[in-house]
This record gives sequence, structure tokens and C-alpha cells, in this order.
Amino acid sequence: MTGLQDRLTSEQVEEFGREMDELRQRVVADLGAEDVEYIQNVIKTQRGLEVTGRALMYAGFFPPAWLAGVSALSLAKILDNMEIGHNVMHGQYDWTRDPALSSQRFEWDNVAPAENWRYSHNYIHHTYTNIVDKDRDVGYGVLRIDPAQQWHPYYLGNPVYATLLAIFFQWGVMLHDLEIDRVVKGERKWSEFSEERRRIGKKMGTQIGKDYVLFPLLTGPLAPLTFAGNAAANLTRNLWSFGIIFCGHFPADVESFSEEETEHETRGQWYLRQILGSANITGGPLFHILSGNLSHQIEHHLFPDIPARRYPQIAGEVRAICEKYGLPYHTGPLHKQLWSVAKKIVKFALPGSGDSAPEPATVERDRTPAAA
Amino acid sequence: MAIPTVVRRAATRPGSLPASLGSLAERLLTPHGVDRYLELIDPMLVRTDVRGEVVALRRPTRDSITLTVRPSRAWRGFAAGQFVRVTVDIDGVRRTRCYSPAGSAHRSGELEFTVKAHEGGLVSRHVHERAHLGMVLGLSPAGGTFALPEQRPDSVVLVAGGSGITPVLSMLRTLVDERYPGEVSLLYYARTPADVPYAEELDELAARRGVRIHVRHTASDGHFTAEHLRRVAPWFARATTFLCGPPPLMDAVRALYADAGISEHLHTEEFTPPVPAVAGTGGRIRFARSGVDIVSDGRPLLEQAEDAGLSPEHGCRMGICFSCTQRKVSGVVRTASGEESAEDDEEIQLCVTAAAGDVEIDC
Repeated sequence: MTGLQDRLTSEQVEEFGREMDELRQRVVADLGAEDVEYIQNVIKTQRGLEVTGRALMYAGFFPPAWLAGVSALSLAKILDNMEIGHNVMHGQYDWTRDPALSSQRFEWDNVAPAENWRYSHNYIHHTYTNIVDKDRDVGYGVLRIDPAQQWHPYYLGNPVYATLLAIFFQWGVMLHDLEIDRVVKGERKWSEFSEERRRIGKKMGTQIGKDYVLFPLLTGPLAPLTFAGNAAANLTRNLWSFGIIFCGHFPADVESFSEEETEHETRGQWYLRQILGSANITGGPLFHILSGNLSHQIEHHLFPDIPARRYPQIAGEVRAICEKYGLPYHTGPLHKQLWSVAKKIVKFALPGSGDSAPEPATVERDRTPAAA
Repeated sequence: MAIPTVVRRAATRPGSLPASLGSLAERLLTPHGVDRYLELIDPMLVRTDVRGEVVALRRPTRDSITLTVRPSRAWRGFAAGQFVRVTVDIDGVRRTRCYSPAGSAHRSGELEFTVKAHEGGLVSRHVHERAHLGMVLGLSPAGGTFALPEQRPDSVVLVAGGSGITPVLSMLRTLVDERYPGEVSLLYYARTPADVPYAEELDELAARRGVRIHVRHTASDGHFTAEHLRRVAPWFARATTFLCGPPPLMDAVRALYADAGISEHLHTEEFTPPVPAVAGTGGRIRFARSGVDIVSDGRPLLEQAEDAGLSPEHGCRMGICFSCTQRKVSGVVRTASGEESAEDDEEIQLCVTAAAGDVEIDC
């Protein structure tokens, strides 16, 4: 695999960085009422689905109503966490100066407190993307997903851990923000996280309180059905967000980096790493919205603070720039990317780098930008 | 005589049924809160946010507009002279300016804002062009120390110029409403008779017992003099004076009071916007919470804060993670992309923002 720094000459990297900066400036200058209207509509839809889902639980004795309720609530939670929460917390709408869209104030419908998430995701993951030992999203501290991670018999359980992580994803994210894996390994002290633990305790209380106590109790004799319905909605959201997120950085061909090769990075080199370390997922407009536009992981990693609805609009241009510099642009349909991630999880459960079995390429260099 | 500041009782008392229902609703609708759902039905239904709906509007002069605004239920009233931060949405961006309600504090169920259109004024122009019945404005609770004290003074002098009329008119109307027994005089400066936004109201108020009002037109009568003041309030030296107007008027009145040794009787309200420093000259940076003042050398605020011994929270240092976001209280800043902003109470990223004039950060 070609190293990060010797793919382009340093002049090329800087020229490439300037093109990216210029693209960014153009989008930022164009932000306005349309972007606000868009996110307000998504919020309206999310709130409507949520209220509908909660209301349908009162008819939960009728199986189709229960199913419809679970679906509405699942969609509400997915929209809340992905297209609204994740993106608002990235500061994508801070320029609106609307307190309800402020990265510092927004809280999502998820047990992981926004503040803990912003640190581990916005700062650590987005700054040190795919740098093994620095980006804690590489394997989430529980999986071996990269040959650079030293094998240990513990990793034989890779597929089991991945399944559990998918099912309990919101709890996994919450513990991940707490760096629980590093506490267990003795790298960090439990006492260092007292502030984070206090926030988590409070957030867990309010989240469990509404989904598993108050709303079930309010439906009286239907409480067990409502409890199960809310649990099902949380599970659906967990599986969906796990799937989307794991397809963002772990499909085969997506590269990882070492601390040495990323020291003293320029802005251009940082952009380059974001492209090599991310993968998109193809799909229709609704799919993109439900993925929080993380289906445009590449564009998101280049410009994490630009409103996500802009990613599909600039994807063609980003791809064209990649092609101009001979850079890969990883993309593929969801099933293919998921399969690729699943194989990787199994492969790295075993010792070695797994180079023997070549992966299907997710790079599609031959397609024209117009077809993207 | 003691007149309590007008503060309406909270709509719901803790422990009451509505309060319990409200708190249950908050628990059910966590983490977003009840208001984020109610506002989707009607923006004025909100419980804790303060907003106002325009219920009447008129244009008293060619460049001013007077809005009558009915506040939402979280509104808790104001003391005469205080200001309210009014927020409008312009091309997707919330813009906030301070306006003083001009009405009596005893009638705070309806707020009256008179907005003068400034040349190139983003918010005032927007209000002039777009204000309509039913328009919803964001409001803050009333603030500011420029207000009639609860223990009313024995006599009151009000001096105002231009749009500085609003807070002192509120004081005058409040005193008239409560049948203030002392003397109150208003000296008001406008450029020409056509520039006086409250001409009729002032005539009416002038007919009240104990009230004297002189309106001076600077185009014909000239600017403030001690003589103008003595004519309308010969007893001004023993009165409490409230002053609000353009900087030259403020300076002239301040100088007169200083010479007479009665500066402690003078209360003032500035309403001039901050001015960006000329490129290359550093403004002063005040980190309010830490109590540190420095002179800007033009580098990003984060670096300068760290060099001054502060350790604000930060992350990527390249403007992507928003960890170093802090509230700018006031002043002009410039971002790495060259954009300038003079908005008060604005959240900024310290790592990619530099001072472009005097700046105060809540950090």
C-alpha cells in the first residue's frame, strides 16, 4: 500500500489542499435560509414521528399499531441521532446563532451525553482520523479491525464483540466516551472521569426514565408492550447507526495511518488523510438523510462543520478533484460495504495481517463524477 | 415614595397542578424539552423561552417604526429604562439588538419598541422592510442598570437625543401612570420636527401636572447647552438625571454635570455599536471570567489566552471540533476566513478567531 506522504509531491498536496479550501469557502459563503429551513423541516418530521410513535403505543394491543409505533419511534430516534444530533453537535449550524441548533447546547436522544461525545468524536476522531493508537474509533477500543493492531487471544471474540456492540450501540458509544477500555487496561484512572461519569449518570436517568418507566406507565395495562416497543425502537436505532458508522471507516481499502507519518501534517495532508481514511455509501436521497448524510463520509470528514445536506451537492466535485490527483474515492452500496466490514471483523479475529485473501475493491475510479 | 418594580408573578407556582404537569411533560420530552415541541404548533406557545408577537405597528416618522409586541408567558416585566435583547432571523441567521421598551412599566403585557432605520443597519433595515402583524420576535428578559430606582427620586430630569428617547419615555410614562408626586422634566433633541417619533404623546404628557417637556430641533436650535437644561429644569442640580443619546450629547451633558460636581446624580445609557480596529492595530482583549486583560497581537484568541496563562478547553486547533467555543460578550472579531462580526453574545471558536478591536470573552 502506498504510504500517506509519498502519494503526491508536497507541491501537489498543497495545491490539492487549496482546492479543498476553496470549495469549502464557496459552500460557506452560500449558507443561508435554505439550510435552516431544511434542518427545521427534518426536526419537524422527527418530532412528528416521535409523537406519533408514542401515541400509537396506546393501541399497542393491536399488533399492526404496535409495529407502526415502533417504526415511527425508530425513525424518530434515527433522525434525532444522525441527521439532527450528530450534525448539529458538529457545529454545522452554529452560524445560525440559533440556541436550539447550537453545538454547545444540543442534547440528543441517546444515553451518551452530548458533551462527552463532542470530545471523543469531534475532537479525537475527526482530528486524528484513522491514526492507529490515536483515533479511538479504530475498533472502538474493543475490536481488532486493522493489521496494525497487535493480535491477542482476546480478539478471537471479535465477531461476538461486534454483534454485542451493534445491539447495544448507544451504550457502547457511552462507554467509549468514558474510555472504559483504557481504564480496564490500566492506561487511565477511573477517577479521571468523575465529571464524565456524573454527566452519564444524569443522562442515563433521564433516558431510561422516559423510555422504560414514564411512557410505559402512562399506557397503564399496556406498559409491558410499550416497554418492549421502546426497547425495539432503541435497538433499531442501534443497529442502523452501528451499520452506517462501521461502513464509514472500516471497509477494505480504507487506509489507516501511523503516528509517525502524520506528525507535523499540513492542512493539505490532513485533507488527504480524511479522503484515504473514509468511505461513502451509495443510495437514494432518503437513505442519505437517514444516514445523517454519513453516507457521504468522505465529504463529512473533509468539512465536518458544513451542513450535511451540502455533502451530496459537492460530492461530484470532491470526486473529480480526487480523480485529478489520482486519489481513491471509496464508495459502494450498503450491502457491499457491510459485507466487507463483516469479513474484516472475522479476519482480524485471527492473528496476522490477513493479506492472503484479497478484498473486493471498493474503489471505483473509472466512474465519472456525473454518475456519482 | 416606594413603588415596587413591576414583576408579574410566575404563571405557575411550584407544587401546583400545572407545575407538576409541566415537569412531567419535561421528563417525557427530554432531552429537547417541551418548548421544542410546542413551538411547532405555534411559536408563541412556548413555556420557558421569551418571545413576542407583533400585534400593531405604525410608522411615526419616515425612518422609524413602532412595534407593539405581546410577550409570551415567560415574560416577567421590566423596570422603566431597561432594555430587551430583540432577535430576528435574517437569511437563516439570528441577529440580536438591544431595544428599550418605550411604554410604561405598569403596562408590560404589551411592549412598545421604536426602531430607527440606520443607514446600512442590518437589523433595523430588516425590521423596517419585513415587520408585519403576527411576526414573532425573540426576546430576552429585561436587563440593564439604566432604570428608575425602586425608591423613586424626589425629582427627575430626562435628557435624550434621537432614538435615545425610548428608555426615558418609558420612565416618563411609568411615573405618570403611578401619579408621581415629584417634578419630572424631559429635554429631547431631534434633528427636525419631522424626526420626533412621539410628537403627539409628548404633547399629551406635557399637559400632565408636574411634567415639563422641551423638544429641541438641532437643525434650528443647535445642540445641547446648559441654558436648554435650566429652562426645562431649573432645579436639575438636586434631581436625578437619566441621559440617553448620541455620543456628542452624552459628552456635553457629562461635562456639565462634572463641572457642577454632581456627576453622581447622572445615570447614562450608551447605545453606540462597537467599532472594528483598523487592520494591524491590536484591540484590547478582556477574558472576563479569568479577569485577565491583554493587548491583542493579532494571533488567534486561543494562543493569546494560553500565553496569558489561561488554559481554555480546546481540541483540534484548526476550527473543526468546536471544543474551544466560548461566548463573546462584546466587540468585533475576525475569523480565519476574514469574516468580521460585531454581534454581542455570540459563540466563537477561539482557535480560528482573532480580535478586530476591543473584545470581551466570557472565558
